[in-house]
Amino acid sequence: MNMINLLLFPIIIPFFFAMILMFFKEQVVVQRVLTLIGLALSLVASFWLIATVKTEGIQTVTLGSWPAPFGITMVSDMFSALLVTTTIIITIFVVIYSFSSIGVERERFFYYPAILFMITGINGAFTTGDIFNMFVFFEVLLIASYLLIVLGGEKRQLRESIKYILVNVISSAIFVIAVAYLYSIIGTLNMADISVKIAEINQPGIISVIAILFLIVFGIKGAIFPLYFWLPNSYAAPPIPILALFGALLTKVGVYAITRTYTLFFVHDIGFTHQFLMVLALLTIIAGCIGALAYFDLKQIIIYNIIIAVGVILFGVAQMNTSGLEGAVYYLLHDMLIKGALFVLIGIIIYATGTSNLREMGGLIKTHATLGWTYLIAAFGLAGIPPLSGFIGKVLITKGAFEADHVIGSIIILASSLVVLLSVIRIFIYAFWGPQKNELPVRDQRTYRQMMFPAIMLVLITVAYGVGAEWLMPYMTDAANVLADPSIYINAVLKE
Amino acid sequence: METLITLLVGVLVAVGVYLLLSKEMLRIILGTAILSHAIHLLLLTMGGLKKGDVPLLTETAAEYTDALPQALILTAIVISFAVTAFLLVLSYRVYQESGRGPRLRGRQDE
Repeated sequence: MNMINLLLFPIIIPFFFAMILMFFKEQVVVQRVLTLIGLALSLVASFWLIATVKTEGIQTVTLGSWPAPFGITMVSDMFSALLVTTTIIITIFVVIYSFSSIGVERERFFYYPAILFMITGINGAFTTGDIFNMFVFFEVLLIASYLLIVLGGEKRQLRESIKYILVNVISSAIFVIAVAYLYSIIGTLNMADISVKIAEINQPGIISVIAILFLIVFGIKGAIFPLYFWLPNSYAAPPIPILALFGALLTKVGVYAITRTYTLFFVHDIGFTHQFLMVLALLTIIAGCIGALAYFDLKQIIIYNIIIAVGVILFGVAQMNTSGLEGAVYYLLHDMLIKGALFVLIGIIIYATGTSNLREMGGLIKTHATLGWTYLIAAFGLAGIPPLSGFIGKVLITKGAFEADHVIGSIIILASSLVVLLSVIRIFIYAFWGPQKNELPVRDQRTYRQMMFPAIMLVLITVAYGVGAEWLMPYMTDAANVLADPSIYINAVLKE
Repeated sequence: METLITLLVGVLVAVGVYLLLSKEMLRIILGTAILSHAIHLLLLTMGGLKKGDVPLLTETAAEYTDALPQALILTAIVISFAVTAFLLVLSYRVYQESGRGPRLRGRQDE
């Protein structure tokens, strides 16, 4: 096999540019340009990676050329390649949005390097094929996120960031405990090798315990019931661009890790582990729905929608059949894009009205018509109105659930769509309809247009993602096939 | 030997959790530090505390120690060191900002 390091590019390029940016602390324009160049290069690399994975199958690199189970392996299958690409696309637009909204003060204090380091960690966690290396990449992205959440040092940020950091320190501790237990039983860290060894001993009870430990770890990061308690307050503290990145990317890393471990390692006692995952996923959806309807704060409504989406994706994963997994992959990518778009849009609404309280808004459609219609399309996309992208993912997930005879679960998923629709349309009704309640603050039209550009682009991408599902489906099928059949992954890693 | 160390890990985790549950910021930070040390010890124990040679395979090597847990611990120590340093700086900043002792208090009605 020809060994090229292509799959490392989306990890290394942001890392390299982040280091370069440290030298230009005061030159904000240089930082902006270099960040965009770095992300554009990573995007090209990741598209190239998708094309390569499509034609040549799973790509692997063993660092230091140690043969597979001994050294650290980086593995890029279709699932991780798609996630890496989506991550970079979202980051590009959020970075463009930051130009006009984050403020020079934050830009001068390593805002862009922190974002790029975070992308390094996220892409690394998506790509790695070694469970301890995944822990290291988690820490890379977490430390960058600690900086981002506290950047600016407002009182609220300081308070919430301490809670955020403590929760994550503890979950990382549990992560290491889980890896230690796994190592003591299996004696390997390579993910493909772990899968083989667990299959050999046919998953005794202790492995199921470790499965639950992993679920706790990734559940804290990915915000599943009942471990999402830290999320709504922490995410609401930083400014909108950071919230958009966190909401679109960070929880999804946890979801990815659950998906990976529950389709590769713990597949021999589905009756227990996946049933457990499914129940938690459904409870997550219900808890998220309650939260999404309970608040009159724009940020909180969309933040609770993150939690609902996490539940929907994991419900798809818990089905463990091709339709369910295909739906989960499709919905995961959809949700990353649409959450990025929605957070940017509510950021603009908050910018235009000067408040995030729905009760104080109204009549925006007269002054901000484009914003209104863009938001409406994004809202329909989130709720899953055909032909927008949320629809296809949910159809596949419910199809998978019916095939696996989980009728009640499917009904909850479909009912949750209505709640999602209600919660986001409520924003539309309150903010855009009716009479104008308060005098709008005077805003610079040029800044407003600059902010609208990334929002419209992201919404257009989600529309294309939904309408073009026919062409994208082969990629989703490839990704789901690897998840459904661990032997494809194992053969690709351990064949030499 | 492994049993003894495992018990020690248990005690350390208990101490760490006790400190984490207090209201004083410094105690909490020390709690995270002790917790991470406990886990490093656990990692070492889980690899097996064999007394053997260095893991250089020669024709005469009969028994050797697994080097991997030590590599993992080294990585984990560096990470927990960085996070602890960050937390300390952050709590100092909170102290400066709020003017009172860095306590983990939310709003009055929370």
